[in-house]
Amino acid sequence: MSHLTDLPAWAAIPVCILLLLGSGITLIGSLGLIRLKTFYGRLHAPTLGASAGIILICLASMITFAVLQNRWIVHEILIIVFVVVTTPVTLMLLGQSALYRDRIEENDGVPRKAAGQQTDTTGMDI
Amino acid sequence: MRYWFPYPLLSLALLVLWLLVNQSFSPGQVILGSILGISFAWVTVNLQPDKAKLKTFNRIFTLAGHVAVDVLRSNIAVMRVILRARTQPANSGFVRIDIGLKDENALAILACILTATPGTAWVEFDRQTGVLLLHVLDLENGDNWAKLIKTRYEAPLKEIFE
Amino acid sequence: MSELFIIWSILASQILLSLAMGCALFRMVRGPRAQDRILGLDALYINAMLLLLTFGIRTANTIYFEAALIIALLGFVSSIAFAKFLMRGEVIE
Repeated sequence: MSHLTDLPAWAAIPVCILLLLGSGITLIGSLGLIRLKTFYGRLHAPTLGASAGIILICLASMITFAVLQNRWIVHEILIIVFVVVTTPVTLMLLGQSALYRDRIEENDGVPRKAAGQQTDTTGMDI
Repeated sequence: MRYWFPYPLLSLALLVLWLLVNQSFSPGQVILGSILGISFAWVTVNLQPDKAKLKTFNRIFTLAGHVAVDVLRSNIAVMRVILRARTQPANSGFVRIDIGLKDENALAILACILTATPGTAWVEFDRQTGVLLLHVLDLENGDNWAKLIKTRYEAPLKEIFE
Repeated sequence: MSELFIIWSILASQILLSLAMGCALFRMVRGPRAQDRILGLDALYINAMLLLLTFGIRTANTIYFEAALIIALLGFVSSIAFAKFLMRGEVIE
């Protein structure tokens, strides 16, 4: 823990706030996985960690390394970009496959296909 | 020129990615990154992605600003919904919206925006009828969702891409 | 003073992220249907990646960053493959 003493107070306090805020938001998002009742409701929960949580924690990491090594460190932006771009794709595909399975099993509370269309799955790409 | 550099923006993005991963701007890395970027753009030619034709650049920044504000606002709203899920369960449901966008890139960006925003999830899109099925976590103002999405996201995307 | 503060807040955020991983793990083990389990797995690897970033801040070691980057890339591919499998029963068509 010796290197953290090199961190001046003006950098340490924002890092602490960003870390606690980001992990708190991520925890609330994951709590939604337990608390929400339906699958489609739970589909919204991980986006909290994937949008706010990741941006805040990556910002904290960027500030720490930039202050400690005395130069601009921007490669955490890569993680932000990858996660922000890829998480919606995963959730979209999961939602589509869940809808498809629910329709096949004819569960309640799932919207049907509009009338006059057969349930073809070939046009179900993103 | 078009033949040798099929996707210049993609090549440039790959070069930036290579430099960021290696964390150096030395000439050797720049040359290696350029070679990799150009050769991977050649690989993509076989996939034949649609070329995006951007009409205006000003609207991109206003759209990005709107998305950032909305993500922040809906983060707070979804946190509130989750924290009080025990006492008053969320009134969630599906919403159908008619979308007039035809361009594939515009639709992909709309899908990413809607799913990345907590509280709305893109579930299904019918390309023939243009009907989008959306799942909304908190249906407080049901009809406003369609109007909000049409004016706030669809209109700028239409202006940018079509 | 400030170093004590930052050490404790890093520890606190690591505990919070571990609890978040526990929630995701609960959904993955328990989840009534297959799509719930995949959703739990997806949340689990995002939380694990955030935990790795906090370890990176704690030890000032950039090797954790590389690990987080790899999780971000490969976790996405695995979730896509699982979702595809649920929809069609096969991964590569």
